[in-house]
Amino acid sequence: MERIPILRMGEFLLVTIQVDMHDQLALTLQEDLGERISATSARGVLIDISALDIVDSFTGRMIGTISAQSRIMDAHTVLVGMQPEVAITLVELGLTLPGVSTALDVERGMKLLSARVANA
Amino acid sequence: MSVRNQGIVPIRVEQDVVLARQAVRKLAQECGLRLVDQTKLITAASELARNAVIYGGGGDMDWQILDEEGRSGLRLTFRDEGPGIGDIRQAMTDGWSSGTGLGLGLSGAKRLVSEFELDSAPGKGTRVSIARWT
Ligand SMILES: Nc1ncnc2c1ncn2[C@@H]1O[C@H](COP(=O)(O)OP(=O)(O)O)[C@@H](O)[C@H]1O
Ligand SMILES: [Mg+2]
Repeated sequence: MERIPILRMGEFLLVTIQVDMHDQLALTLQEDLGERISATSARGVLIDISALDIVDSFTGRMIGTISAQSRIMDAHTVLVGMQPEVAITLVELGLTLPGVSTALDVERGMKLLSARVANA
Repeated sequence: MSVRNQGIVPIRVEQDVVLARQAVRKLAQECGLRLVDQTKLITAASELARNAVIYGGGGDMDWQILDEEGRSGLRLTFRDEGPGIGDIRQAMTDGWSSGTGLGLGLSGAKRLVSEFELDSAPGKGTRVSIARWT
């Protein structure tokens, strides 16, 4: 089955979404991440969406669920690389992604995650 | 107003939603829409295509590239012959879903486009037409 790869970087997991995901693929990613956080005791998840040219309410809901699910498992989630036109569109769509931290790129996202974990 | 080009994209299964998004991206570029307007139209199309598959049991997307007095537009019409919508006001309410969605598909899509027309009734299927202009 088609899957989005999840890379381990120390105590963090990195997901780079590079394809236009159909809904089932997004749900599989959500489940896989839950399992990997639990298996690796990861403290943080970085989701890079710089290659995504749209985020609709389904993908938005998946991002929110991943973030909430990680928090329950004592991990932080940071969303990085959102294109400016995607951000503008999300706001107009009515999706606010409450509780989801964002950073401009992977490097800044990593710093944010490290700071979060250090403070926890 | 003249029709420069038109066609139909089938939306039968979930994977077709991805194909519809890609088709709309290509058409929106051909039409000359700005990047941010392309993104808004594709996002709205993604919501409506998914609704046609999930609630309508599959349907079609008709597209038209239009020219009018120095501007161009892309019009998309999503049609299905599913159960239709009984209470349109409720369906258009932010956050209302009969399923497990966020309830932002119809209401959000309306905010993302410059023209929005919803025509639906129980037993008559659903037809949503949207457009954006350069
Ligand atoms: N093509 C359709 N056929 C039948 N019902 C629909 C259709 N599109 C939308 N609906 C109804 O309108 C509701 C709201 O749709 P939407 O705003 O896209 O939110 P969501 O998909 O998250 O439920 C749906 O839950 C469904 O009951
Ligand atoms: Mg919907």
